Amino acid sequence: MNAPGTGNANARVRERLLWLALVMFGFAFAMVPLYRVFCDITGINRDEAQVLAINTQVDTSRLVLVQLLANVEDAAQWRLNAPAAAIPAHPGELIQVDFELENLADRAVSGHAVASYAPAVAARYFRKIECFCFREQHLAARERRVLPVMFVLDRQIPPDLGVVTLSYAFFRQVKT
Amino acid sequence: MNPSMDTPMDKPLTDPHDAGHHAAPAGLWRWLTTTNHKDIGSLYLWFAAAMFLIGGLMAMVIRAELFQPGLQVVQPDLFNQLTTLHGLIMIFGVIMPAFTGFANWQIPLMIGAPDMAFPRMNNWSFWLLPVAATFLIGSLFLPGGAVSGGWTMYPPLYLQGGISYDLTIFAIHIMGASSIMGAINIITTILNLRAPGMRMMKMPMFVWTWLITAYLLIAVMPVLAGAVTMLLADRNFGTHFFDAAGGGDPVLFQHIFWFFGHPEVYILILPAFGIVSTVIPTFARKPLFGYRSMVYATASIAILSFIVWGHHMFTVGMPAGMQLFFMYATMLIAVPTGVKVFNWVVTLWKGSISFETAMLFALAFVFLFTIGGFSGLVLAMVPVDVQLQDTYYVVAHFHYVLVTGALFSIFAGLYYWLPKWTGHMIDERWGRWHFWLSAISVNVLFFPMHFLGLAGMPRRIPDYALQFADFNRIASLGGFVFGASQILLLVVIVKCIRGGEPAPARAWDGAEGLEWTLTSPPPYHSFAKPPEVR
Repeated sequence: MNAPGTGNANARVRERLLWLALVMFGFAFAMVPLYRVFCDITGINRDEAQVLAINTQVDTSRLVLVQLLANVEDAAQWRLNAPAAAIPAHPGELIQVDFELENLADRAVSGHAVASYAPAVAARYFRKIECFCFREQHLAARERRVLPVMFVLDRQIPPDLGVVTLSYAFFRQVKT
Repeated sequence: MNPSMDTPMDKPLTDPHDAGHHAAPAGLWRWLTTTNHKDIGSLYLWFAAAMFLIGGLMAMVIRAELFQPGLQVVQPDLFNQLTTLHGLIMIFGVIMPAFTGFANWQIPLMIGAPDMAFPRMNNWSFWLLPVAATFLIGSLFLPGGAVSGGWTMYPPLYLQGGISYDLTIFAIHIMGASSIMGAINIITTILNLRAPGMRMMKMPMFVWTWLITAYLLIAVMPVLAGAVTMLLADRNFGTHFFDAAGGGDPVLFQHIFWFFGHPEVYILILPAFGIVSTVIPTFARKPLFGYRSMVYATASIAILSFIVWGHHMFTVGMPAGMQLFFMYATMLIAVPTGVKVFNWVVTLWKGSISFETAMLFALAFVFLFTIGGFSGLVLAMVPVDVQLQDTYYVVAHFHYVLVTGALFSIFAGLYYWLPKWTGHMIDERWGRWHFWLSAISVNVLFFPMHFLGLAGMPRRIPDYALQFADFNRIASLGGFVFGASQILLLVVIVKCIRGGEPAPARAWDGAEGLEWTLTSPPPYHSFAKPPEVR
């Protein structure tokens, strides 16, 4: 039905277009690594690039000193270390501190941390997002583990609270 | 043979030496085995009409449920299945096949070709569609029901569903294969089978828009196929492309999907531009203003469509730099689109306008599509979009561009070319009723959705807070009238096929182009010898 000679020309166009379709099918899969490579090279998706996610609720005019304490029930079996004796924090600022828990014994143990605050009134201004005290910790023999605590000091914290203490005491779980 | 504008070609059907040397099979077998571009075009259009009925019935159930707060008609699970299927059916089962039907019927007639370049592939690409539609609709009756995760197929929902999700993915594969074959056929036909003298820059605007659409299809349908293949692998073969449990990234799916999805919306609207650019000059009795700029605007819309996909996902946690890039790139598309609207308006300027039904739908398209375009600009702004994401404002926007845009252009095209295809003029009186009922009710249906969205009503929910009740009731009433009005369209089409005032070769006195040099209806094998184009 076609004019003479167009048959081959048609097949040529069809072949090229099929190749294009095949390449685009492959491109869909290539996008999986390409997105990562693109973001790595341009750096557009690093954490600090998410400028829209800036916390605007930080009260930079005030600085509260948060003292960190860590105690264990049985110092021969456990060691719990605070990352620093004290850290400064603006009210409203998201703070992360990493405690370190180590099992010194040759057998697995479980335990639970209990938080306390000084002065006691400070307790209601600690907004904890993540804390190892939320759940029981199970450690294998000689295991060492980093335990993050994330909290925000409420902006309503009274101005006379210049220094507050966050203290953890770690107790071994008694099997029942 | 030199078919000038006054000598219609009616030889091939009567001349035994000309192309008609095989007896055409009759009945069902004729339609199953046909390789004729007109038959296949009609099949595409009837398929789209059937799907329009099914998808439309689903929309009626959705609007009935949303008529008042609380759950009355369907339970949330079925409601979600209906919204999902409504979206998939209307896009892949109605708009795309209808435009492909127009392409099959019109492109060979408009460029003076005897048929499509690959008639057998043409047959295959159509008959894949009913198979895919059966899978899609049949999944409603499977255990667990049809897919209910939204037409955008986002993981993790699409990783968690039952057997119907696999079946839907398979249906998408089949429809993709059908579209790619159709696009290859259309491009080859346009590039290779033009009549002597039909240079590229002399092609009718409809042919140009379809050429560009076909390239978009070949570029992005395989990407969709890749995306759903990855979903399938995550579901069944233990990969973790999108499964966060194994280190995959659900947002990656959205990137890949919308890399397909945004060009897809231009696949749904560029042929509409082509139809409107054909209808308006006919009834304004003036040549299309700025033909060259129309071609360039279409091409630049197509190219820009590849770099704006991020505007569908402003709220996924995208860096501000990328949000700005996608926002500006999206707004840039308004420029070539504005060129088009300007050209249509200037074509009307000082024209001898008459208001046949086809023209009414084309004019409504210009008005209402532009409303949809403007609400698109509103949504392109990142801070506004963050508020409006997944609200009824988005629903209002894409229904204005897809119903009063794409669908109205399909109506315009039907009213315009039915006399050519059937040999009978349409019943303008019924057509006018269809137009006015549709044009008024569609605004009652979709305009209040802007207000609902601005007030914060989320999409894809079967129940809503009391303050949204009034506008939802108005929208539902508009919806019922709009749905019922489409019965009139069916009546007009059937009346036109069965009889009516005979249509002359040039059915509209302002019509230009090769298709009007043939009889109405055109012979089964048109242009056995290529016409000369001066």
